Amino acid sequence: MQRTDFKVDTVVIGSGPAGMAAAVAAAEEGAGVCVIEREERPGGILKQCIHDGFGLLQFQEKLTGPEYSYRYLQMVENLQIPVLTKTFLLEIQHKENGFRLILQNESGVFSLNPRAVIYAAGCREKTSRQVFLQGTRPAGVITAGTLQYMINIQGYLPAGKCVILGSGDIGLIMARRLTLEGAEVEGVYEIKSEPSGLTRNVAQCLEDYRIPLHLSHTVTEIHGTERLTGVTVARVDENFKPLSGTEKFVPVDTLVLSVGLIPENDIIESLGVELDSRTSGPVVDQYNMTSLEGLFVCGNALHVNDLVDYVSESGETAGRAAAEYAARGLNHGDSNGKRVNLTPGNGIMYVVPQQWKIPMEEETVFYFRSRETVFRAELEVAAGNQVICREKYPVLRPPEMERLVIEPYLIPPGTKEIQFRLRC
Amino acid sequence: MQENRASFTCIVCPLGCSLVVFEDPGGEDNLLVEGNRCRRGEEYAVEEYRNPCRSLTTTVATVFKDCPRLPVRTRGEILLKDIFRAMQQINSLKVEQHMKPGEVVIQDLVGTGVPVIATGSTRPVLEGCSNVRAGFKY
Repeated sequence: MQRTDFKVDTVVIGSGPAGMAAAVAAAEEGAGVCVIEREERPGGILKQCIHDGFGLLQFQEKLTGPEYSYRYLQMVENLQIPVLTKTFLLEIQHKENGFRLILQNESGVFSLNPRAVIYAAGCREKTSRQVFLQGTRPAGVITAGTLQYMINIQGYLPAGKCVILGSGDIGLIMARRLTLEGAEVEGVYEIKSEPSGLTRNVAQCLEDYRIPLHLSHTVTEIHGTERLTGVTVARVDENFKPLSGTEKFVPVDTLVLSVGLIPENDIIESLGVELDSRTSGPVVDQYNMTSLEGLFVCGNALHVNDLVDYVSESGETAGRAAAEYAARGLNHGDSNGKRVNLTPGNGIMYVVPQQWKIPMEEETVFYFRSRETVFRAELEVAAGNQVICREKYPVLRPPEMERLVIEPYLIPPGTKEIQFRLRC
Repeated sequence: MQENRASFTCIVCPLGCSLVVFEDPGGEDNLLVEGNRCRRGEEYAVEEYRNPCRSLTTTVATVFKDCPRLPVRTRGEILLKDIFRAMQQINSLKVEQHMKPGEVVIQDLVGTGVPVIATGSTRPVLEGCSNVRAGFKY
């Protein structure tokens, strides 16, 4: 049963883990919420992430992607939140009293006029066009996520012998998946000197199946006309430049790309939302609200996460705040634009959220990543000249995002900037 | 790699120590672990050497046109060495009845006693509702 008898004041774009958590949180706060999903089935990317390891923080259980998604779908169903599937967002317009969303589905083009919008459209994979691969353009060059969709959802195995470029988590997961389904993975090639994915995935996806991981290596050329016949791989120097004389031809029919993810924000960029070049997502405050009042962003559209549990957590933050905003406007942040900026200092890649609006009423969760692997790291959080918090970590790694809760009473009045940095 | 030694990356904590396990040349079934920074790493290494177990997640074919693959997992772990045999059994199967997460697909996977359960649903969880548009007040 879907409720259709209420006025929609909050619209969630995307029904993945961020969007569903946001919709559930908003509905629990009393918002008239509806979810827009362009695919046939709700759930987002988790539908194809059949491996386990999800939900350890949200549910204290090790779940697979479909199971994690199912838990949230049941909450959505129990709250009778309408999910419009096979529905595309064509345009967002900012109006005086909210937004006008132009949508399209089987019933035609129509619009919704919510007060608040939660944008949870996730991220996209970088393709071969974004990693400057030389050579021809044969069939058999495929991103890891597309391959995952073909194997896990459609049931095709479009690969015989493959090379995987990039050691991101999806690439590692697909190395195991391909092996289990009978394809041969010749090796995983990573341009950096350390893996991009989680240690657990290197151990259980590569080492278990004796798949070699070639660090400081990349693919320099693609060969083949109709179908891929092979790739040239080479060792790289510290500036990622291929070293001549180290090239090697590897005969394969498939090149799997796992070379990174980028938040998908094209449609809200058109609204002039302020972006953070470090995350490729928008700049947000502690409520996950962007520089445009009433527009909230969460999940991988905000910044690429490695744990789905954090994706859902950011959705809950956005959902609660959007419901509050839709009902009462901006009373939570009646700040006259006063805010504290959070900035990454020594050794830190980024900090999200990037702004803490005044008044700071509640403890706030911040996520950050280190620039490189640091053992026995000590994080300092400085408000102006004053260090307000120190935290020790046995190790910080760029692929493993960290989470830190800061209490507002720690921040001295008049603070303009809070910096996260590593002690040298 | 010699038969009486093996190396693993420890996954007990984020440190990811490189562990090496040796069989004690003095015999007596003793194992020596190097590279660990804590006791848990040593226990992990011994378990990984003697008895490595994994849960298996994969998909199984179905007869349903709009859901050709059903995601499944083992309920519990099986020995790592049994994984390919397990895949063979799972891939020889075709699901003909509608399934929900948690329902048993295989009672006993290749004689391990471990069942295989569905993790997804063959039917859409929420019915698509593209046509509810008319019901909205906006």
